[in-house]
Amino acid sequence: MKHTISVLVENKAGVLSHVAGLFSSRGFSIDSLAVGETSDPTVSRMTIVVDADERILEQIMKQLRKLIDVIKVQDLTGGDFIDRELVLIKVDAGPKKRSEIMQAVDTFRARIVDVNPKSITVEVTGDRGKINAVLELLRGFGIKEIVRTGRIAMARRNKNQ
Amino acid sequence: MKKTGAEVILESLRKEKVEVVFGILGGAVLPVFDAMYDFPIKFILTRHEQGAAHMADGYARATGKAGVCMATSGPGGTNLVTGIATAHMDSIPIVAITGQVFTTMIGNDAFQEADITGITRPITKHNYLVKKVDDLADIIKEAFYIASTGRPGPVLIDVPKDVQMAETSYKYPSEIKLRSYKPTYTGHIRQIKKAAEAIAKAERPIIYAGGGVISSGAADELTRLARKTNIPVTTTLLGLGGFPETDKLSLGMLGMHGTQYANHAIMESDLIIAIGARFDDRVTGKIDEFAPEAEIIHIDIDPSSISKNVQVDIPIVGDAKLILRELMKYVDKKEPGPWHKRINNWKKKYPLSYKKDGKLRPQFVIEQIYEVTNGEAIITTEVGQNQMWAAQFYKYTEPRTFLSSGGLGTMGYGFPAGIGAQVGCPKKIVFDIAGDGSFQMNIQELATAVVNKIPVKVAILNNQYLGMVRQWQELFYKKRYSHTSLAGGPDFVKVAQAYGACGICVKKKDEVRPALKKALSVDGPVVMDFRVVEEENVYPMVPAGAAVNQMISGMA
Repeated sequence: MKHTISVLVENKAGVLSHVAGLFSSRGFSIDSLAVGETSDPTVSRMTIVVDADERILEQIMKQLRKLIDVIKVQDLTGGDFIDRELVLIKVDAGPKKRSEIMQAVDTFRARIVDVNPKSITVEVTGDRGKINAVLELLRGFGIKEIVRTGRIAMARRNKNQ
Repeated sequence: MKKTGAEVILESLRKEKVEVVFGILGGAVLPVFDAMYDFPIKFILTRHEQGAAHMADGYARATGKAGVCMATSGPGGTNLVTGIATAHMDSIPIVAITGQVFTTMIGNDAFQEADITGITRPITKHNYLVKKVDDLADIIKEAFYIASTGRPGPVLIDVPKDVQMAETSYKYPSEIKLRSYKPTYTGHIRQIKKAAEAIAKAERPIIYAGGGVISSGAADELTRLARKTNIPVTTTLLGLGGFPETDKLSLGMLGMHGTQYANHAIMESDLIIAIGARFDDRVTGKIDEFAPEAEIIHIDIDPSSISKNVQVDIPIVGDAKLILRELMKYVDKKEPGPWHKRINNWKKKYPLSYKKDGKLRPQFVIEQIYEVTNGEAIITTEVGQNQMWAAQFYKYTEPRTFLSSGGLGTMGYGFPAGIGAQVGCPKKIVFDIAGDGSFQMNIQELATAVVNKIPVKVAILNNQYLGMVRQWQELFYKKRYSHTSLAGGPDFVKVAQAYGACGICVKKKDEVRPALKKALSVDGPVVMDFRVVEEENVYPMVPAGAAVNQMISGMA
């Protein structure tokens, strides 16, 4: 099962390698990982998506907590949280297919961000369901390239709120 | 007051009450060694950085204080790696300080440059690359704190040469500011009460104690708890000395080369009280068949050790010493019963034994070392057969008297670790029980021992083989002894003498005692070359992947 883990870390050099290294050396695999500064510039947040059963997940969480520069680890899965991902999709599109694609993109409130004679680049932001639906739809036109940011996520309310 | 980075390092070590540093210098740590020239700190120059790391480790295991080793950049650091990994696997507090090329050169493949923080990431508890001299004192303070608290472990500090030379206004921090690292020490009281209830109900309980008992200093608490409740105690290799093996409740070591009675007892138990142990594969054997009827209480300071290999029923996270003290309040006195009778029958039926004939057998040598030292020595071991016999045939009664590379299984550990232990405990007798293979992996440290007058006694159980590997080839590879013979090895007596140490060769059984007596009378390092029976095996033995009560028992 996919789990979305939110990890607060010290914003220091080498932290990412400690986290990424932990996954590789213990044989856990990462689906996606996104990092960025929080409102406190000394703290960064990593959103990590992993595919793991309960036992492995427990180990991942415990091993993450063991890292000295890790401040807080939370599994958001199962709780109330918002998650988003941004994906750029370059679609094979000559002038004939263009309007059809634009219509489809519109339905999903995605945006066209680049057009050239042979392709269209679509930007879509959303949760996993929406992104999968857009990908599914555009696959029919022929996808040339995909770039994904990896998922970021936030709990709707903090525990002590 | 302004100080250079090099001076900050030395001042900070003094503030941490570091008595001794082991290591070798080189280009990238020259500023530190220049500052050391007229600084009052004991430095032991080793002959290989691996030796320095093991010495720091042996010092730490013997004294309970963090050991310190130092090396230059590049190969200096990479030579420490095996020693750091050894300490990491066994949760031993060491602080390793390495020089690094100038910050402006980092990443340029400069001369003697290695990404040592990258290399040691998976084998340290934490590591640092110091980029600003102003951070240095804080980092050193943190490093010692991290190394020696919680589940201890090695910490590496990589200091570029320009940082060592730069000046800063030095003030050693009085406290640590680490929001992200707060080990749990006190056990959860409800869990402790649950554990006490389980102990009250259990009919076939067993305590399984590991290295955590030693590092938390919980040996006395463990002994009191076991005696009050009459629960038999088995220890892991690293737990040896955590409970007196002379006690009638002692089952000795369990696992692959543990006693048969310990293994039968844990397999048939209905309650396992694991204390500072991590259910390693050498202990559990085939995990699916391990102790099928047992409820498991697991006391450990590292939450990630709990339910990692086996599912635990009553986890208690915290320091073993504090938890056992608390637990003691809730357990009632219990008398021995049928369970103890059953265990005593196993003890009678399956004692540890070996062939008692006229031949010089390795087990006999260890029994003799036990006798001449009254069981009061610090024993270090190499890895392999020598290690297992040392674990089986010497009775450990005090913590920090058995030092061995358990997790990583590092050949070449015992001799330098013995030197470190001897430096930390100058009044103790220190024996390295070695094999002819392992000893040669750090034999160069004879120079360190001789020059610094460190009187470690090395007992080589010389069987002319990489013995444990040969044993596996004998038992599982149809005696095809592929490249395990060490025949034609050096004359260890001459090697010892060449280094300026005393060398003694022993070929007969009745020469063992006099040789040991002579070794003890020599005020300096001694190498004893015991030419033991070549194809002796370590028994009992659980074949890899079998359940731990499926033991091969040898001649017994």
